[in-house]
Amino acid sequence: MYDVIVIGGGVIGCAVARYLSAYTGKVCVVEREGDVCCGTSKANSALIHAGFDAPHGSAMAYYNVKGSQMMPALAKELDIPFRRNGALVLAFDRQGLERLKKLYDNGIKNGVEGLELIEPQRVYEMEPNVAPGVTGALYAPTAGIVCPFLMTIAFGENAVANGVEFRLNTEVTGVTKGKEGGWTVQTRAGALHTRAVVNAAGVYADLLHNMVSGKKLHITPRRGDYCLLDHTASGIVERTIFQVPGPEGKGVLVTPTIHDNILLGPTAIAVDDREGNNTTAAGLDELLAKVGKTVSNVPTRQVITSFAGLRASEDGREFLVGEVEDAPFFFDCAGIESPGLSSAPAIGVELAETIASRLGLDKKTDWKPERIGILDPKKLTMEKRNELIRREPAYGQIICRCEMISEGEILDAIRRPLGATNFDGVKRRVRTGMGRCQAGFCSPRVMELLAKELGIGLDQVTKSGGASRFILGHTKERYQGGGRR
Amino acid sequence: MKQTEIVIVGGGPAGLAAACAAYDAGVKDILILERDRELGGILNQCIHNGFGLQTFQEELTGPEYAHRFMEMVQQREIPYLLNTMVLDITSDKVVTAMNREDGVFQVQAGAIVLTMGCRERSRGALNTPGYRPAGDYSAGTAQRLVNMEGWMPGKEVVILGSGDIGLIMARRMTLEGAKVRCVAEIMPYSGGLKRNIVQCLEDFDIPLLLSHTVVDIHGKERVTGVTIAQVDGNLKPIPGTEVDYPCDTLLLSVGLLPENELSRAMGVEMAPVTGGPAVNERLETSIPGVFAAGNVLHVHDLVDYVSQEASEAGRNAAEFVNGGAQAQKPGIPVTLQGGPRYSVPCTIDPGKVQRDLVIRFRVGSVMKNRFVSLYLDEERVIHRKRPVMAPGEMEQVVLKPEMLAKHPELKQIAVCIEEA
Repeated sequence: MYDVIVIGGGVIGCAVARYLSAYTGKVCVVEREGDVCCGTSKANSALIHAGFDAPHGSAMAYYNVKGSQMMPALAKELDIPFRRNGALVLAFDRQGLERLKKLYDNGIKNGVEGLELIEPQRVYEMEPNVAPGVTGALYAPTAGIVCPFLMTIAFGENAVANGVEFRLNTEVTGVTKGKEGGWTVQTRAGALHTRAVVNAAGVYADLLHNMVSGKKLHITPRRGDYCLLDHTASGIVERTIFQVPGPEGKGVLVTPTIHDNILLGPTAIAVDDREGNNTTAAGLDELLAKVGKTVSNVPTRQVITSFAGLRASEDGREFLVGEVEDAPFFFDCAGIESPGLSSAPAIGVELAETIASRLGLDKKTDWKPERIGILDPKKLTMEKRNELIRREPAYGQIICRCEMISEGEILDAIRRPLGATNFDGVKRRVRTGMGRCQAGFCSPRVMELLAKELGIGLDQVTKSGGASRFILGHTKERYQGGGRR
Repeated sequence: MKQTEIVIVGGGPAGLAAACAAYDAGVKDILILERDRELGGILNQCIHNGFGLQTFQEELTGPEYAHRFMEMVQQREIPYLLNTMVLDITSDKVVTAMNREDGVFQVQAGAIVLTMGCRERSRGALNTPGYRPAGDYSAGTAQRLVNMEGWMPGKEVVILGSGDIGLIMARRMTLEGAKVRCVAEIMPYSGGLKRNIVQCLEDFDIPLLLSHTVVDIHGKERVTGVTIAQVDGNLKPIPGTEVDYPCDTLLLSVGLLPENELSRAMGVEMAPVTGGPAVNERLETSIPGVFAAGNVLHVHDLVDYVSQEASEAGRNAAEFVNGGAQAQKPGIPVTLQGGPRYSVPCTIDPGKVQRDLVIRFRVGSVMKNRFVSLYLDEERVIHRKRPVMAPGEMEQVVLKPEMLAKHPELKQIAVCIEEA
């Protein structure tokens, strides 16, 4: 019997688990995929929004502003990269200026610090590549960029370090009232019993909610297509550039990423398929056509990859966080679309507190909030790096030549608690294959390391779990026993 | 800091040839830095034959061709380090590299030859829409898995792009029992060598779909199929022409890009078309004493030409070291007319041409019944008939010192494609 089962190992589920780990009680995260951060959390704009956008008085506004305020200290605690690069919302006409003013007023009411309405001249001083014709901008210095993978993984790792159990490859098929109170969570790997449930199931959160509540929810997956540019494009903008939302929609953003790429996106296309995270030609064309409206000379030939994510958009367009009225001890985190990543820390800390008080869990005295991330040898001095290589020669062997990732980092990504079990897991932890060659050179080497570390054949190594095997057989020579091992 | 007269960055065919030539020109203090487990570079995975017809007058496989050069390096006892990644090169030629045994170390080079080769364009660079399952490989990655490691990445294959590696892999996968459904090529002509189209596709009845491209990739975990459509004159897919091809693997052979991250970081000036450094008649980059050769300079079709070019770069590096730093004088830019997309070298200082100088170039489209001409000012010094030229094949003209001798006041050097 668990005290809490968290369904879903995305950034929300992992954040809730991490803050729950500060309390006594048996907590388990149940995740369908073989890793955390495999749904909405892995494919988004990777932004910590300042919080001027969400309507004043909404849960979105509250959690966003609080989450953004928590980030600097949290990033240190979890040893994850985060930078307040600031954001500019651009207006290109008079109506746009009026909308900017409303956005500014809304932001002030939300409690966003440092907001300024600025003149075009200052916009071009700050960002020379902004497209001509700006009539004014809203500047939000507290807006930031983060690595969404590392943020989710760090929450997860820190939860594990504080006693939370993770059941991966465990898809939930149903939730029913337990015989002795509490809930029974049905999974493909058997039934689990718990006093309380946290529904952090992303685009599936409505389905789970509707299993236990008479008050139905409905989530529409809204797809966002993105293009990522090579490091060579870095520097075209320093801040995150938005267009003021207008009747023609929201426009697309141009932003640096925390790893010095440039990210373009997203589109917003409602889809029926909750697994429909495929990019489409129409989506990518729309995206690249819109980019030029805010930033000139974006080197779209430097695209190294494109991807799409699904936002879990509830019909009311609001976060639904808290205990479900007609389902005691069932806690929703539903409708967590943008600004979900920004809100995750605040949702995590507050929901954990609510649940702990409801279940009568005490604060642990030995909770360890610090997590040490995977060592990045590039940040060491040459002497320190050489000491490390003498101790661990694997740090002297570069595997991913585009991002300059060593074997030592990859081994750490696989060996640490809640470690990577497939290629994409390694990629999200240390960036192998994230660069310009898109894993052309490093994939055979990373596959070898995974096979060796996991004790499986190379033909069992997967890209992202399940049936995503890289290798479908032997060559004839090897099949006949003549191959080189 | 350790001093070395010539540091060679990359131990593939270009690096090995450059090292041997530099040694034979009298510089014995050479160091080859290779990031892979063995010397020879991509040749190690090219187990098909057809290498060496020019260099050795016999037909060798890639590993055999590489082996000949490795032996030459070993006979000369030229030092090399394997599994060694060059992290940085400064404009004053300090090379920072790293491996397991030595950690991070620095070498002050007298001259440097850049021979890092090239990489394949990826699906990401094409921005092909669809899901992102396992089973889309660049053709070279698949070639390594099959030929060096004994694994089959898939059984039912569609190949996008008719570059040489894609063509070679169509045959290779077929011989290993896979079904290659087709090769789709977005251009109206193939980017590969004619002999590869005949020997790798036609001989195995593999259809080559010109003016076609992949417009969608299916499968959430592993590729289950692709959609191929015809493209119009602007290379845009034509609606209504889409056909689904079930397959478990998509191989991409959509172009090679010289790997010049180190060159760019050290401040070497790049040529716009090739993606490689802009070099003068000595294959020297904008930084004196830094030379480039092979696929890092411009993508070649035959390795024999890589070896020739790199030998020249090695000799020039040796002369640079022996002759001391020579002040660079801006040469005459090579003018291109009627079809060449680029030339290597980009500039020529006639006073520095002491040996035959090979000017290499490619054309931008298929051209039939033309002449390749070389003009020195108004004089046509070369006029050679070419029945067919294609973007997939490298062309060359040889500028001889005696041609230049007649033009002491030379103003213009032009490579022209002329109608027959």
